[in-house]
Amino acid sequence: MPKNPLTEPVANLRLDPSPRGLDIFLSGRLDSHGVALVWDQATKAARDARHEVSIDLSGVDYLDGAGAALLTRLALHARENQARFTMQGLAPDFQAMVDMYDMDALDADSERKDECSGLITGTGRLAAETWSNMRDLVAFVGEASYALFSALLHPGRVRWKDVITTCEKAGFNALPIIALMGFLIGLIMAFQSAIPLQRFGADIYVADFLGIALSRELGPLITAILLTGRSGSAFAAEIGTMKVNEEVNALITMGLNPVRFLAVPRVLGAVLVTPVLTVFFNLFALVGGALVIRSFGYPVTTYLAHVQNSTHTGDVLGGLFKAMVFAVLVAGIGCQRGLNTAKGASAVGESTTSSVVSGLVLITVSDGIMAVIFYALGI
Amino acid sequence: MLEPTPISSMNNETVIKVDNLTAAYGDFVVMENVSFEVNQGEVFVILGGSGCGKSTLLKHLIGLKDPAQGTILILDDDMGAASTEERNAILRRIGVMYQSSALFGSMSLIENVILPMEEFTNLPMEAMDIIARLKLSLVGLTGFEHHLPAELSGGMQKRAAIARAMALDPSILFLDEPSAGLDPVTSAGLDQLILSLRDSLGITFVIVTHELDSIYTIADRVIMLDRRAKTIIAQGAPKVLRDTSDNPWVRQFFQREPE
Ligand SMILES: Nc1ncnc2c1ncn2[C@@H]1O[C@H](COP(=O)(O)OP(=O)(O)OP(=O)(O)O)[C@@H](O)[C@H]1O
Ligand SMILES: [Mg+2]
Repeated sequence: MPKNPLTEPVANLRLDPSPRGLDIFLSGRLDSHGVALVWDQATKAARDARHEVSIDLSGVDYLDGAGAALLTRLALHARENQARFTMQGLAPDFQAMVDMYDMDALDADSERKDECSGLITGTGRLAAETWSNMRDLVAFVGEASYALFSALLHPGRVRWKDVITTCEKAGFNALPIIALMGFLIGLIMAFQSAIPLQRFGADIYVADFLGIALSRELGPLITAILLTGRSGSAFAAEIGTMKVNEEVNALITMGLNPVRFLAVPRVLGAVLVTPVLTVFFNLFALVGGALVIRSFGYPVTTYLAHVQNSTHTGDVLGGLFKAMVFAVLVAGIGCQRGLNTAKGASAVGESTTSSVVSGLVLITVSDGIMAVIFYALGI
Repeated sequence: MLEPTPISSMNNETVIKVDNLTAAYGDFVVMENVSFEVNQGEVFVILGGSGCGKSTLLKHLIGLKDPAQGTILILDDDMGAASTEERNAILRRIGVMYQSSALFGSMSLIENVILPMEEFTNLPMEAMDIIARLKLSLVGLTGFEHHLPAELSGGMQKRAAIARAMALDPSILFLDEPSAGLDPVTSAGLDQLILSLRDSLGITFVIVTHELDSIYTIADRVIMLDRRAKTIIAQGAPKVLRDTSDNPWVRQFFQREPE
């Protein structure tokens, strides 16, 4: 809006309806400010006009794209009403610019595409998307398994440099957060469970509880969740950006398989570091627990003896195995979402989100399945 | 100048004035002692070999980067010293097409063109829709309004980026390599578009390009930067430079000789 209408020239509109049609007088500056002021009134009058619409523009002292759009709209209304449309008095410079715009272009497809699709179309589209997603996923699992096995058979062909980079980024750099989370969770869990147990004088059994819960469930689970947030998403974003920049296509045309080249090193790296991270997590959680038990007045040696007694080698190994399964799933889904990225910057964001969500779902589901299997096997 | 000057630049009103500019990334000086002026309604072309700092100069002109030394006046305002509000007022009056089109990937073409209008004008949606369509038809993209940038060819993206740069009817348009990646026919069409926009709307163009044919057709004046000299090594009308310059690098450029 111009601040001072008296000094800033704006557009003026005068409408002169007559039985044979409508005369429109436009004057002043037909730029975006001016046009915004007169648009509604002028287009409404033209929509209702019959027979003949004539526009006098002799008072116009500036006109740009916005002015041209107004004239176009008025002309289209006249055409819709089968009225004769005339325009006069426009300075030649401005006339030339109006002529540059191709008003017929608007007729070709004047409808805006309907953006909010109906429920049925939406459901159908979602189903089709889910289906093609599943197919891509199955194809990826096949390709990735093949690539992983051939990597194990021919370790020389693996890009170990990339594996080491992944180990560093997903493993070494994650140590501080793993340590912090481990310590705090151990501390909180021990404290929360020690208080009710104290009433029965059983607070030292917190040690047994911690040992089992951490090695079997919490250690692998929380490590995997952290891996999803820190690294699964990073894989998706990294590979997704490469996809958008056509770097993935460049790999393919060089005869390099993107799954072998991009996914395998990342999955291998994640599988190698996750057990280490899990052990690290458990150790720090036990330290947190020890602090609580110590403050309840037990010596640390008693605490350690309880932990040692309750936790069997099978629990620890089973937990580490679970951690490795989670790592394959999380890293795999991260790479798969990255490779499946559509084009455009928002697509990378979508793949990243989807990699985290799917990663979490996969962790939970596979955890449940493994719980059943371990139970059946008696581990 | 041997070339006939267009009517609109007769008044010779200066719209860009660069005075003693030094451009640098940290300690790495890209150019020093660069001074030139651009007049209203002129097609001004920045030339030079790859890596000599053309895009860098453009970044300074549009205020994305502040000069290490020297001043730049755009439409009589000093971008470096301007308040945020003043800066925005200047930015509204210029349009920029980046070397890598920089369309917003999550929006359709028409939404890309409408975006600046939505932010800066009070126009009703219907008006913005029509303006955007007209701008897109101007660059020959009628029928692609609802495509995403990713669904277009590289040259089409370039043209859409020009349409977006023109959305607010700027007084100065900056184009970084508009014809790179375009076929000769489209590229010639783009030249015609630039000239007719200049003639009918009086838009001033600052263009980075390597296309010799296009330079002869559109440029009123060129400046040539050089990576080794780190400054302007020649300026003037392109045909005059080609025929009369005694600087070997300038001749090399216009004769397309290898080093
Ligand atoms: N962000 C940056 N940081 C550091 N140096 C840069 C940066 N961008 C460009 N440069 C350097 O500045 C110099 C000029 O780069 P610029 O992009 O302006 O070149 P150009 O003339 O546009 O080249 P081209 O024709 O290839 O686009 C180059 O030497 C480049 O290495
Ligand atoms: Mg450049």
